[in-house]
Amino acid sequence: MRFDFTEDQHEIKRTAKDLLASRSTLEKVREAAEAGEYDAALWKELGELGWPGVAIDEAHGGGGLGYVELAGLLEESGYALLNGPFLATALCAAAISEAGSDGQKDEWLGRLASGEATGAFGLVGQVVPDGASADVVVVADRESGEARLLTGQGSLEELDSIDPTRRYGIVEGGLPDGEPLPGDVAAAIDLGCVLTSAELVGVCGRALDMTVKYVKDRKQFGRPVGSFQAVQHRCAQMLLSTEGARASTYFAAWAADADRDRLPEAASLAKSAASKAGIEVTASAIQAHGGIGFTWEADVHWFYKRAQLDAAFLGSSAEHNRRLTALVSP
Amino acid sequence: MDLTFSDQEIDFRDELRGWLDANRPGEEPRGDQDAAFEFRKQWQRSLFEGGWAAVHWPQEYGGRDASLMQSAIFFEEMGKADAPLPANALGLILAGPTIMAWGTEEQKDRFLLPILSAEEIWCQGFSEPEAGSDLAAVKTKAVRDGDDWVVTGQKVWTSAAQYSKWCMLVVRTDPDAAKHKGLSYFLMDMEQDAVQVRPLVQITGEAEFNELFIEEARVPKENVLGGEGDGWNVALTTLMNERSGLGFFLQTRLRLLLDRLVEDAKANGRIEDPVVAEALGEMHVRTETLRFLAYRGLSIIEQHGQPGPEGSLTKWLWSETNQMLTQLAVSVCGPAALTEGEAWAHDLLRSRGNTIEGGTTEILKNIVAERVLGLPRK
Repeated sequence: MRFDFTEDQHEIKRTAKDLLASRSTLEKVREAAEAGEYDAALWKELGELGWPGVAIDEAHGGGGLGYVELAGLLEESGYALLNGPFLATALCAAAISEAGSDGQKDEWLGRLASGEATGAFGLVGQVVPDGASADVVVVADRESGEARLLTGQGSLEELDSIDPTRRYGIVEGGLPDGEPLPGDVAAAIDLGCVLTSAELVGVCGRALDMTVKYVKDRKQFGRPVGSFQAVQHRCAQMLLSTEGARASTYFAAWAADADRDRLPEAASLAKSAASKAGIEVTASAIQAHGGIGFTWEADVHWFYKRAQLDAAFLGSSAEHNRRLTALVSP
Repeated sequence: MDLTFSDQEIDFRDELRGWLDANRPGEEPRGDQDAAFEFRKQWQRSLFEGGWAAVHWPQEYGGRDASLMQSAIFFEEMGKADAPLPANALGLILAGPTIMAWGTEEQKDRFLLPILSAEEIWCQGFSEPEAGSDLAAVKTKAVRDGDDWVVTGQKVWTSAAQYSKWCMLVVRTDPDAAKHKGLSYFLMDMEQDAVQVRPLVQITGEAEFNELFIEEARVPKENVLGGEGDGWNVALTTLMNERSGLGFFLQTRLRLLLDRLVEDAKANGRIEDPVVAEALGEMHVRTETLRFLAYRGLSIIEQHGQPGPEGSLTKWLWSETNQMLTQLAVSVCGPAALTEGEAWAHDLLRSRGNTIEGGTTEILKNIVAERVLGLPRK
């Protein structure tokens, strides 16, 4: 057993972290959020590096690695709050790989893998990350097990959400008109849960790191606020939530690659744990930063906002908890 | 990432399952503590004869040189089989490994085999009325008299003391030395009049624990473990073993408890209530997260030789979840779950001890904050 990345996988993750630390700083994230647009040059670079296609098979122009590697990259992009449509494009590619026809795969996977086209994926009636700006959108209905592929930017309504670091679209009404995807839609949704959980783990990790640094530096009553037990215990709880979400998400990413029978349960375990952790850890980060944490100026709120949207996306913690009970007690 | 067991681990698991199939422990007697202890003693003898009493011990002392992962598998299988803990669990998990780490050859020859065979039961004399979480504050003192140490003081929370031949005893041998430095670690014979055991009735009405009143008990100098004044370091070895493989046993038990609750909720129809379904799902997430954290912790130790943060988190998560789960059982099962003698009633009450015994949750949070996150102490 190796319940951790291999050396190669660690290397991919470390390289990603270093790249994003210099290319997608919080300053850049803020600029992009306030301007309402992404960093196009960075997206081009990530496409050349093969990020969006890391889990797409080689026959379709991808890197031929797995969901574990993709999850590692998404954790880092969550940690950096990467300003680019990486999660959405990866989700769309996963959905087409899983449920698309041969024709749909041939038409879209190569372009998504290179970053030439951007994608999005979401559920009927819900908010879809980067849904309004994507070149291709897959909309799925968990109830009926159907999905439609929509092409052309603007195929979904744009939604001004509380998270300006990312563009969102919304699918109103029922399943929209578009090409049906013939394959396993449930698996595509489960993969989406796993990948979104990976982003949430990164969001939690960053919120925790920022908080630990802040409470070590900030002094009140002549000593660092991080020496007060009430603050320490809050930070410890943040770590427990983050590490629990991480372990569940890594398990689910592994199941996506290696044990598909366990994917439905694993996906819900991960999404439930990561959604709950995301909300709690980022809320705690604001609290532990004190007054400054409540200002637009401090960057913690971007993480709180992203966590809120990610937690609601593809099913909240509560919804996945109910699904887990239904899975063990049909 | 590879979350499968190796062939070697699967062979180990299958051999154990085969043995368990042929040697079922049967039903533990309920209500009669002495009978239950005798039952657990028989169970350990049976494990001993099969070579399964202490898989994590080295072969030269009668173990199987089990890896951390095999040890986890052992406890997981024991939990799944609903097997009781062996009578001498404290000897096997705490005393044995501590003696192996610090003992002289004579001490190893004298003490290890009877621990394994359950011939001599061990208890742990660490906590005192004034030294709970603050272990280094122990006041029980020992003074030298010829070749013996003479011990006087009081210990508390000593489980199985009434059945024990030996006690792992932390005492103050140098009242003038700094708090942590004046301690020594004794192997004390319990069979002497100077040691009185009084059962401590707990909120469940049972008495798993005892108070020890020690009035000039004698401990020969060859029964000091480690050197005089090494008590704190020896005790740390014991405490580090406290959270070993046992966690997997507890996790598996928690899962069995959750499965039982799901069955109860199906039987009385409450599972149809979305609020109940959601709460059960949350317990499912916590229980499986605990398992993933525990395995991830082990796997990281195996790869890097260093524990990650997981080890400090699992006991905290387990104890809290056990409390939440038994509380949920009360709301799902209704007043029947609060009836004297009901399993849920017992489990609910017993779970209150979980966040206190073996390190309170508050202390665990301090440890996580200071040692894992590196937050300043003062």
